[in-house]
Amino acid sequence: MEMATIVRARGLTKCFKSTTVVHGIDFDIQPGRCVGFLGPNGAGKTTILRMILGLSPISGGSLSVFGRALPAAGRYVRAHAGVVSQEDTLDPDFTVLENLYIYAAYFGLAKADVAQRIHELIDFVELADRGDARIPTLSGGMRRRLSIARALINDPQIIILDEPTTGLDPQARHMIWSRLQDLQRAGKTLLLTTHYMEEAERLCDDVLVMDHGRILEQGAPAALVERHVEPEVLELRGAPDLIEDAVDGATDCRVERIGDTAYCYTRDAKALLDQFEQRPGLTYLHRPGNLEDVFLKVTGRDLRD
Amino acid sequence: MAMAQTARGAVSVWRRNALVWRRLMGPSLLINFGEPFLYLLGLGYGLGLFIGKMAGMPYLTFLASGILASSAMNTATFEALYSVYTRMIPQRTYEAILATPLEIQDVMAGEVLWCATKSLINGSAILLVAALLGAVQGWQALLVLPLLFLIGICFAGLALIMTAFAQGYDFFNYYMTLFITPMFIVCGVFYPISSLPEALQSFVQILPLTHAVALVRPLVAGGPVTDVALHLGVLVAYAVAGLSIATVMVRRRLRV
Repeated sequence: MEMATIVRARGLTKCFKSTTVVHGIDFDIQPGRCVGFLGPNGAGKTTILRMILGLSPISGGSLSVFGRALPAAGRYVRAHAGVVSQEDTLDPDFTVLENLYIYAAYFGLAKADVAQRIHELIDFVELADRGDARIPTLSGGMRRRLSIARALINDPQIIILDEPTTGLDPQARHMIWSRLQDLQRAGKTLLLTTHYMEEAERLCDDVLVMDHGRILEQGAPAALVERHVEPEVLELRGAPDLIEDAVDGATDCRVERIGDTAYCYTRDAKALLDQFEQRPGLTYLHRPGNLEDVFLKVTGRDLRD
Repeated sequence: MAMAQTARGAVSVWRRNALVWRRLMGPSLLINFGEPFLYLLGLGYGLGLFIGKMAGMPYLTFLASGILASSAMNTATFEALYSVYTRMIPQRTYEAILATPLEIQDVMAGEVLWCATKSLINGSAILLVAALLGAVQGWQALLVLPLLFLIGICFAGLALIMTAFAQGYDFFNYYMTLFITPMFIVCGVFYPISSLPEALQSFVQILPLTHAVALVRPLVAGGPVTDVALHLGVLVAYAVAGLSIATVMVRRRLRV
């Protein structure tokens, strides 16, 4: 049996005063999928999440979640969604456990009903030994994990995460990733925004690449890589004139530059490698094409504020 | 349905605030008891020696009843300005709460109830101190307690309108200096309104604190309470208008 689409947007538009930040976009999110919204700052990612939760009025088009139209269904949608916001919004006056109990109360869940669940949740995010710790004493990674536990308090069908690993160290990031993968395996629908391409490639079944409020591309990460970039990439670093010479002599490749680095995209790296070997002082990195290459190609290489 | 949801949501917000208060109860109660004690002892006894009776009652009683009403105003105002702003913007508590089924009106209702609760806690302390100092004439003074709650709702609603617009704490100085402090001075807390110039006497009738004092004073002093419907009506009208406008304004600010 095919399960119903969880989120469905048609011509979804959002304007703030005279500026349009989301331009009539269409997308569907199917149950059990992990979908990533990728885009530079100001692409409209957070605004879309806010509209999905009924926190931001819709300026045009239609948006439904669990088959109910927003923003009217806001209360219902939020009752069945878990949210991890970009900045920590934990209550600093409370301990880890108190944060979870208080949050459960907002969902109308009484202490006795959630005691068991809260203990499972702090185990899940590995904070069982910090239950009585106050929020200011937790590290950034612990706080984010607690935010995830808090988002799961109502056993949500969809979990919405706005840049879940921004500002975390690599260990903390890997820990978050593995928890999110656990949730995926448990059949939850995940919706996340990120500007880490590695994160999107690792976690997402589908990505939507956005810029200036429009969806530029969507699909599975591997499919997008195949569609947009050559299989192999040589990144050249070194003195500018050295790179200039190397690139001029290079054949059978597409060259892009960002700052002092030149990227040579090719289907046959061997020929290029042979050429570059001849040039002393030139350093290069040979790697497969990835989602970051797609992202930069699709959204352009201009610096964003 | 919607009302029941709002009531449930408001209670959960109220409980959150009450739990934070319980955490910091010690210093908070010290202020609640210490301030009126100093005021009533210092001003009531000290000035009372020179003043004797005012409006037919001992000055200590006159002052205690004024302080009861004005403290309910100050407590609710302070909570609805500084504490609510902290939760709404820098501390991001609202961001977390609004990601749950709660709507803006639920949160606003919970905040107002909490501010009024603080007025009630603070007022109870003052009433107790006043009674111990012999300023309270009779058990009818206990009717002041629900009244303090209403006064709290009234001033919390008004202050929330300011909070809805605030870009920082400094903004509240306007409200305190231009609205709250003048009321504290002219609405009959320290001396009868009848001693004001005539034009000002009419003007203070539109200020909510005047009506709060008019109800609290006879209850504390043991005299007849007059114009109950008028005084209650003004307080309720300010309360309803304040909460309604504040809810619209906060929604306009946060639901963008």
